[in-house]
This record gives sequence, structure tokens and C-alpha cells, in this order.
Amino acid sequence: MNEEIIKLGFALIYGIATILAVIFLGLLYKGIDRKLAARFQSRVGPPIRQPFRDVSKLFMKETITPENSVSWIFHSMPLIAFATALLIILYLPIGPFAPILGEYGDLILIVYLLAIPSLAIAVGGFSSGSPVATIGAQREMVLMMSYEFPLAIVVLSLAWLANINATGNAFALGTFTANPVWEMVGIVGAMGLVLLLASIFVVLTSELSKLPFDIPEAETELAGGVFAEYSGRDMAMFYLADAVKSFAMVTLVVALFFPYNLSPWIISQFGVELPAIMGIPIAAYVIDLLFFLFKVFIIMFFAVTFVRVSLARLKIDKASYIYLVPTTIIAIMGMVFIYMGSAL
Amino acid sequence: MDLKKTFDQALWVFHLNTGSCNGCDIEIVAALTPRYDVERFGIKLVGSPRHADVLLMTGPVTRAMAPRVKRVYNQTPDPKVVLVIGNCGTTTGVFYESYNILGPIDHFLKQIDPDVKIVYVPGCPPRPEAIIDAVAKAWLVLEELRGDNK
Repeated sequence: MNEEIIKLGFALIYGIATILAVIFLGLLYKGIDRKLAARFQSRVGPPIRQPFRDVSKLFMKETITPENSVSWIFHSMPLIAFATALLIILYLPIGPFAPILGEYGDLILIVYLLAIPSLAIAVGGFSSGSPVATIGAQREMVLMMSYEFPLAIVVLSLAWLANINATGNAFALGTFTANPVWEMVGIVGAMGLVLLLASIFVVLTSELSKLPFDIPEAETELAGGVFAEYSGRDMAMFYLADAVKSFAMVTLVVALFFPYNLSPWIISQFGVELPAIMGIPIAAYVIDLLFFLFKVFIIMFFAVTFVRVSLARLKIDKASYIYLVPTTIIAIMGMVFIYMGSAL
Repeated sequence: MDLKKTFDQALWVFHLNTGSCNGCDIEIVAALTPRYDVERFGIKLVGSPRHADVLLMTGPVTRAMAPRVKRVYNQTPDPKVVLVIGNCGTTTGVFYESYNILGPIDHFLKQIDPDVKIVYVPGCPPRPEAIIDAVAKAWLVLEELRGDNK
């Protein structure tokens, strides 16, 4: 009984620490993204701590309830978006740290949870009673219906691969951490994995509603789109949800495709013992965490910043087409390659 | 009002043309280009008055624009500062006593809200440097709101 309480308390502290760390990291990566985008355009750019200032400013502003809105839905949707974004992170391994809720959910749950912030944003847009927000919400739904299909193909292909090559639950993220996908395939399968990685990169941009797929919240033509009526605290919630969800989505890609840790390699390569305190390998944890943050940075850079400064916003029908036809075809080709690599 | 120091380092601006000839608007756009790069001060152009802290208004208030100006001002959440850009907005300029305008922006806004905070940027059109400087003045107005400078 007593042990259970200690375990629960430890889990609670661990969870709260994870949540706070992820909010911090999400905002930090947002700041780095803005700084790098500015450097791309040969500007000085805002300081890296700018997103923190934005959030604290938004919390100081008045929160307006529009006259035509359905007020309880309008005010609850930012909270739901933020809460689900935080919930996703509790199911994902962050570098060397195992997910705290890892035993209670699998990949399918994460894919569903990833849809909820977008849904909450769309419902919030519909409930705000403004025509621009309604158009933005419709676009959000169209985009969501388009990118969910390639995302599902990627996740299912990897789960199928894990099912035939690894022991354990094929949908559990722990299976992917224990057996990196690249070690389960031959050369044909590796080509398939590259194609799957390419299609998940395209999905990533839209899932995070960044240029060129930020059509639902297009500032210039839709006046902020789904967020047009949101102000103050509600807007801050969406801002934080976006930051946390970006981190969660990139963490998912890292967990599926690049679950490698640096410390085992260092130990085997140089034969050094990394210092540990009370049996906890602190140094290995630090190295792995930094390596993980580096991987997140690389993926964030190529999937978000680099794309964002290079391309202009697409029309909604064009964006939907990109997901429904080319990206889906690439994902299906990846699936076929993996099947061929495993079957032949 | 409880305002912290971070507030004026993250000002989001909304641009409203209240009947200007577009000259001042071009200068605002110029201030947002990579050459002047206002984002380094945390200033960001937003698409909706709901997100704005600073309203950039250009031009005298025309009869057609008057209800919209009132609406946009009321839609902006508190605390907010209005930046009147250009001679027409501050004094009605060459449109002085025209039949089609209701007067300068400050006269009009003081009828809606007597406590409105206004910063003036004269010039026809003002240079982008002047506009960026005025946003810095908006910080001072916000500091007064905070009670630091009294």
C-alpha cells in the first residue's frame, strides 16, 4: 500500500516535470524557429525568448467573448487543445526517458490524440460566430481529412513491420525504441522507409499548420482564420498548444524513425564508464537528452523552418490534392517496398 | 491595471486604413520589411483586431469608415494604444473641413472612449523610422498605464 503511494507520487512529480519541461522546450523551439527564419531573410529577428514574452503578454490581455459566439464551447476549446497536446507528450519517449503513460496507450491512441487539437481549433472557430473563423474552421477540417490518410498509412506500415520482425506489441512505442525500424529491413525496405519518412515530413508541416499549409489561419486573407475571434487567455492557450503539439509531433517522428541513443555507442566505442550517482546513470541521461534535443532540432529545421521560408501559402484545393494524391501515393509505395523487402 | 515589463516587448499591431490615400500604409509595409525588421523588437503584424495591442490608424475618418473604426476599436482587447500615422490622421491635413470627413482620428475616438491612449506620428507620409520610433513611444504610454513613470 505504502509503496503504491510512493510510486504514484513519483509518477505525478515525473508527469508534472515532463509537462513543464515540454512547455518550456516547445516555446524555445518556436523561438529558435523564428530566429532562424529571420536569419534566412537576412534580418536580425526576434530574440529566442520572444515566444515566452508573447505568451505572458497574451495572459495579461483582456479575454473577449464575442456577441455571436457559443460562449462555453468558445472558451473550453482552447483548454481542450492545450490539454490534449500535453497528454500526447505523456505517451511519447523523450530521449532516454520512458513515457510515463507508455503502458496505457499505443500508436493508434497517439494518432487519434494528434487529431484532437486540430478538431478543437475547428470547433472553436465554428463556435466563435464569425464568418472568417467559420471559413478557417472549414479549411482546417478539409486539411485534416486530407493528411490523416497518409499519416495512417505510415503508422500502419511501421506497425506491420514491427509485427513480423519484433517481439512484443507492434503498436507500442516501446517496441520501436527497442528495435529501430532501420534494423528490421533490408535495402528494399530501407527505400520504403525513406519514402515513408518523406511523406510524414509533408504531413508534419500541415499537422503543425505552418507555411505553406497554414491555410486555416491565413493572416492576410482570412484575418487570422480560426483564431480571428480569440483574444487574451484563450489565444495564449492556443499558442501554447501549438508549441507543445509541434514538439510532440516531432518527438513522434524521432521515436518512430530515429530512436537511437548516443550513450551506448560512446560506451562501446571508447570503453569509458559514464559516471552514475546512486545507480542512476546521470551522465548517460544528459548526453542522450541533449542528443534527442539535437534530433528534434534537425527535424524541426528541415520540416518547419526551411519549408516555411522557402514556399508561399497554397490554395486549399491544391493543399488537399497534395495530400490525397502525391503524398498518399508516396506513402503507399513505401508500404509496398517494405512489404517486398520483408516478403522476398 | 496590472502590467508587467514583458508586455511592451511583444506588441502585436493591427493596421486600419480609416480613409488614407495609401501613402502612410505603404510606409507601414516598408517598416515591416527585412530592411527595417520590426520583428526584432517583438512587433508583429496580426490579421485580426482581437489579437492586437496597438492599432495603427492612417488617414482622416471618412463618413463611410466611421462605424468600422468604432467597431474595430471596440473589438480590440484592453490594454490598447492607438497609433495615429500621418498628417491626415493627426490634423486632417489637406482634407481640412472637407464635407466627407468627420475630423481627425483623436476627436472621433475620444467620443467613443474618453480614456483612449494615442501616439501621434506626423508626416506626409512619415518615414518608417518614425513609425518604429512611435511604437517605442507606445511603450512609454503603456509604462504610464503601468504607473512606473508617474
